[in-house]
Amino acid sequence: MSLEPEKTPNWQQSKAGSNIRRYFSIYAALWKNSVTRELTFKSNFLLWIFVEVLWFGLQLSFIGVLYLHTDQIGSWTKWQVVMLVGASHFIQQIFQAFFLINCTNLSELIRTGKLDFLLLLPANARFLISLRQVDLGGFVNAAFALCVMGYAAEKLHYVPNIAEVTGFLFLCAAGILIHYSLMFLLATISFWTVRAQGVVWGYYNLFQIARMPDEAFQGLFKAVFTFAVPMLLVSNVPVRLLVGKMTSSVPLFILLSMSVACYVLSEWGWRAALRHYTSASS
Amino acid sequence: MMKKYWHVFNIGIQNNLTYRFNFLARAIFGLVPLIAILYVWQSIYAGKPRGSAVGAYSLGEMISYYLLVTVVDALTAVNEDDWQIATDIKEGNISQFLLKPIDYQAYRLCLFFSGRLTYLIVAALPLGIFIGCFHNYFVLPADGWTWSCFLFSTALTALLQFFTSYAMAMLAFWVLEVSTFIFILFAFEYIASGHLFPLDILPHGVERALFLTPFPYQLYFPVSIYLGKTKGADLMWGLLIQATWVLLAFGLARFAWGRGIKRYSAVGG
Repeated sequence: MSLEPEKTPNWQQSKAGSNIRRYFSIYAALWKNSVTRELTFKSNFLLWIFVEVLWFGLQLSFIGVLYLHTDQIGSWTKWQVVMLVGASHFIQQIFQAFFLINCTNLSELIRTGKLDFLLLLPANARFLISLRQVDLGGFVNAAFALCVMGYAAEKLHYVPNIAEVTGFLFLCAAGILIHYSLMFLLATISFWTVRAQGVVWGYYNLFQIARMPDEAFQGLFKAVFTFAVPMLLVSNVPVRLLVGKMTSSVPLFILLSMSVACYVLSEWGWRAALRHYTSASS
Repeated sequence: MMKKYWHVFNIGIQNNLTYRFNFLARAIFGLVPLIAILYVWQSIYAGKPRGSAVGAYSLGEMISYYLLVTVVDALTAVNEDDWQIATDIKEGNISQFLLKPIDYQAYRLCLFFSGRLTYLIVAALPLGIFIGCFHNYFVLPADGWTWSCFLFSTALTALLQFFTSYAMAMLAFWVLEVSTFIFILFAFEYIASGHLFPLDILPHGVERALFLTPFPYQLYFPVSIYLGKTKGADLMWGLLIQATWVLLAFGLARFAWGRGIKRYSAVGG
């Protein structure tokens, strides 16, 4: 009995450690599952990569056409914008690799009642729902995006140092967290109206704003897509850091606080949705 | 004879209206990237001396180009028809049509038109507000003749869009997953039909090459008629070529259906 207070901290620590290890092993199993799934449809896997490459090329050629008729958009030069489109593609693809299918599948899980089984599993339900499938093609496409960014850096005669690259990757992670939180929040709408795919699809449309240079925008539009749906921060801020276009630390601070705010908001929405949930069959 | 298709049209409208929320979301979210593109153009023009043009476009003309693209797109774009047709084939839903005295292609065409009509009804409000904001740039065509050519060409565009998607969906007879192919076609269409920018700001050679494909006739052509960029003999030739593409797409769709059905009965029988 008297030993108990001493034991507690130790026990808690090891519990937290084993918990993390447990979630890692669950995630490893989900990965294995996804790899097996992709390998069953190899040609389809390659075709999807081709589709993404095609769309990426399309965005780049749009930039090419714009810069046939101008030298600068705000202070952004051609290769800086190529860098921006590349970074935006990188962020989007990593987001897609981890989260996109899972977010869009949520309404299907609700409609078919499969969500009940996931809720019963002895693991965090949001973790399982958010990370159930891994889209491996996303990593391949993210690598292509990095290649394009490398080429643009070469054209800019620019070699970023380790600190800038680390900072860039960290800010990308913040951007991905924003995308994930907002998309997940939108997907939870399907707890109320089962067909929320239109909204999720709509959000996907907004990715297009993220690859445009922030200086082109003003007024209400800029305010909305900075503070409500921070599309204009997600890839612009990391690229500004990377190519040395950061004039003040304010955007950095806004990006980081927005990513925390979005995550908190999505967690709140998720809990409200679960409280509301009564299963499809009842 | 026509009555049954009228019924299909009606049912289509009712079905689509149940998804009005989706349509509305689609219309509203679809406008946002467009507004972003307009901002980018505005800042490009702002960086130039006052009154300069990009290609043959002043800022006002550029904005009215995108407004018209939105309108023509709302009138003619294939929404989910290609997916649905592919699913019908994959899941064997078409078997019932082989037994009924109804033509599947005509049935789908009715559903396509009803889908467009419902979309227009739902999207009218956001579209109207959007165009209202830019009403200074929204000019009417020069004369009645331009109007009628524009409407005729828009109708051809709708048919061309539908038949190409239909022919594409026929791939479902041969491959398991058609969505990749649909996306590949859509990518080409997106850039080469003038969704992203007017085709005549491209280098001349590229523009000419694009006009050898059906893509410009899927959107750009009617818009260019409306804006008075295509007129006279070019206009007549263009309409003729557009009509030819429609017929070709129709023929391809029929041909693919015929071949597909043979294969389908062989497998499913």
